[in-house]
Amino acid sequence: MEKLAADVAIIGGGIVGASAALALRRMGFSVTLLERDFCGSRSSGVNYGGVRRQGRPLSQLPLAQRAHGIWGRLQELIGIDGEYIRSGHLKVARSQAELASLEVYRERSAGFGMGLEMLDAKALRARHPWLGERAIGGSLCPQDGHANPRLVSPAFARAAARLGAQVRERTRVDAMAHDGEQFVLRAASGLELRSRFLLNCAGAWASTVAQSFGEAVPMVSSHPVMAVTEPLPMFMDLSLGVEGGGIYARQAPRGNCVIGGSRGYAIDADRARPSRDAIGLVLERTVELLPALGHAHIIRSWSGTEGYLPDHEPVVGFSTTTPGLIHGFGFAGAGFQIGPAVGEVLAELVRDGASATPISAFSIARFARQDPQSGARRQDPVDALADPIAFHVPSPANST
Amino acid sequence: MSAALQPVVIGAGPAGIRAAQTLLRYGLRPVVVDEAPLFGGQIYRQPPAHFQRSKATLYGFDTARARDVHAAMRAMLSDIDYRGQTLVWNAEGGKLDLLHQEQTSTLAYSHLIVATGATDRVLPFAGWTTPGVFTLGGAQVALKYQGCAIGSRVAFLGTGPLLYLTAWQYAKAGAQVAAVLDTATFGQQLAALPALMADPELLARGLYLVAWLRAHGVALHRGVRPLQVLGESRVRALRWSQAGTEHELDCDAVGFGYGLQSETQLPDILGCRFGFNALQRAWLPECDAAGRTSVAGVYLAGDGAAILGADAAEWAGERAALALLADTGRALGPQARGATLERQLARKQRFRAGLERAFPFPAQWAAQAPDDLLVCRCEEVSAGELRRTSRENGATELNRLKALTRVGMGRCQGRVCAAAAGEILAHCSAQPVQAVGRLRGQPPIKPIPFRLTHALASQEAP
Repeated sequence: MEKLAADVAIIGGGIVGASAALALRRMGFSVTLLERDFCGSRSSGVNYGGVRRQGRPLSQLPLAQRAHGIWGRLQELIGIDGEYIRSGHLKVARSQAELASLEVYRERSAGFGMGLEMLDAKALRARHPWLGERAIGGSLCPQDGHANPRLVSPAFARAAARLGAQVRERTRVDAMAHDGEQFVLRAASGLELRSRFLLNCAGAWASTVAQSFGEAVPMVSSHPVMAVTEPLPMFMDLSLGVEGGGIYARQAPRGNCVIGGSRGYAIDADRARPSRDAIGLVLERTVELLPALGHAHIIRSWSGTEGYLPDHEPVVGFSTTTPGLIHGFGFAGAGFQIGPAVGEVLAELVRDGASATPISAFSIARFARQDPQSGARRQDPVDALADPIAFHVPSPANST
Repeated sequence: MSAALQPVVIGAGPAGIRAAQTLLRYGLRPVVVDEAPLFGGQIYRQPPAHFQRSKATLYGFDTARARDVHAAMRAMLSDIDYRGQTLVWNAEGGKLDLLHQEQTSTLAYSHLIVATGATDRVLPFAGWTTPGVFTLGGAQVALKYQGCAIGSRVAFLGTGPLLYLTAWQYAKAGAQVAAVLDTATFGQQLAALPALMADPELLARGLYLVAWLRAHGVALHRGVRPLQVLGESRVRALRWSQAGTEHELDCDAVGFGYGLQSETQLPDILGCRFGFNALQRAWLPECDAAGRTSVAGVYLAGDGAAILGADAAEWAGERAALALLADTGRALGPQARGATLERQLARKQRFRAGLERAFPFPAQWAAQAPDDLLVCRCEEVSAGELRRTSRENGATELNRLKALTRVGMGRCQGRVCAAAAGEILAHCSAQPVQAVGRLRGQPPIKPIPFRLTHALASQEAP
């Protein structure tokens, strides 16, 4: 049996866990990260690749702004450009009501420095003639963009390893406990890891970790659907979302259009797949907004497993039951952009016990205050996901 | 209750046709879904109606079998639900997703017999994407379906029985065969003779092909190593070596392949358990001798289950159908027939092992592949990039390598390049090839157009 000791143990090698490992190494802590599969092989690596602040709840904007700065230094941090492009992110309105909603969001988020710019139908058509007739206006965030999650997320883990973090892949944690002084983790491989701090960055599976320390959270899994075309001549000059949800689309530097929307189904505890209805819905809505794709093919579709809490806000911060346990999970399908900032915040919580970036809205204590049995005032999380229009891009109405 | 049985057979080659025929004989009315415009499969592929070449010209030794298989299908067309030119692109919740002439629809099934056949196993070599280079199977399709040759002076390269068969078919059709270049050695083929005696007729046929080609002045070389196709916009020549000596062969087309690989995308999506098959050097859906997979109600038959050739495919199709009938309490009678078929299949299995010895996988391929060799043509990923990425990222698993390099992510979804990429990864990470795993299947099995799915979604909307 291999025995390891570290200042900080991290469960989960997604973008949050890996960027926390990187930040902790830069602060000088010893770090061991345990990943049951490959780092960045789940939601962090198979998501749409949106690097987007626009549309997030205001509570997340400080984190998102901090992340924006980190993305700007991506190459320096992780050693690759990750196909990160500040293309601009356009949120399209299909009705006057949606346009009004975008305008409300622009006003409310004005203090966060995103520089949102409203475009009417004429301006939209003039600047982006490839947009379909359904788009009657939109809100542009010029410095938002997109990146390749398959490359970026694993690169965070490699960067952490280069700085001396122990990164153990294909290492599934079987048992975990706090012995009064430190955490003791055991993996199926025979590894035993002891640490003063434990970061729970296990994504859609993080509720199991929280539960092990007596801290159940009402997280459910859902499975956003992605599809991709063959490489096409470049025509999309920005990343696209739709107010009220529906689909989102971008064109990767190689020319493939990546489209997301709707949701698939779990095929086992670890894997998910798009449903036929989801594929149909995504493609139908895509052609409305991107008529040029009417003659294209999708060559592949896929899904992943994402954790959603009832309010669609993540859990970031200290455990209420166990000293030294710090959570960072539940990003409701929108963790890729803010992941690197969450990693830094988790590192600061280890080092300082606090972070200058406001995270109080994300405390796990918000669930402890409710009677977990009654569920009376809680929205049923499954119902909340039933309408794909509502669930990917939280609207400003429920974000304030 | 039994009235609710709706078996669906996927593939109308020898396995699918015999499966459907057997189901029909016992009172079931199967749906037969096939991607090709006309039934017959790859081996008994039929030309369009107005083409005038005779069956004897098209199928050679196999004329009688082709005639039988076609006749069996034709005889039941009015009693089954045959859907030609129909792609199965996905399966979910007991329904198949079909694509037919720009229409997509779902098809419910109670039982499935998957007889999806095989494609060429491709091991790239320098210049393999030059126009004029075809797989052996592709070269055959040109001949059988389109009535044309891939070139006027054609070199055939690789290994396997198809190498000699295709060369012979081309020579008979009037094309000039520049040479047959086999990566297997004469010694290997000699050593395989005892095992090949398991099927004396096929062995004799193979020996006849070789003798015929020689008698007609076709150069046959064994123990060769392909080096490079020369030519920019069209094949001009082929460079190869033998025992350290390099040769250059004038030709305007190349047909190449290294045996066949089973088409397993659908069993993957259906959730069948896979296991590594050392003989075929591939991950295959597991099934018992009758074709039962790990998923209840899903059966495999023919080359899609394991490469055993067309005769075995007919037996396996019948065997799988009998298993389906027995499993649903329909035909417990013909157990003896099932046992006979299994014995025939087992004998063919021994012959197949002999073929693998006679035409072995070129073990040095991955070691010899140059860094600038294009492995994944859809996504333009080279052997060197695969090696570098594996080394720098510690990638030892194929899906991981795919995520990091795009290998297998393109239009063919790894159908062409996955075997080669797996070999490169196994070699450069010093693992046996089964340790690198296999690419996970994702819908759609083949590309589907946006507009079409758009039409479907509209139809389904209330």
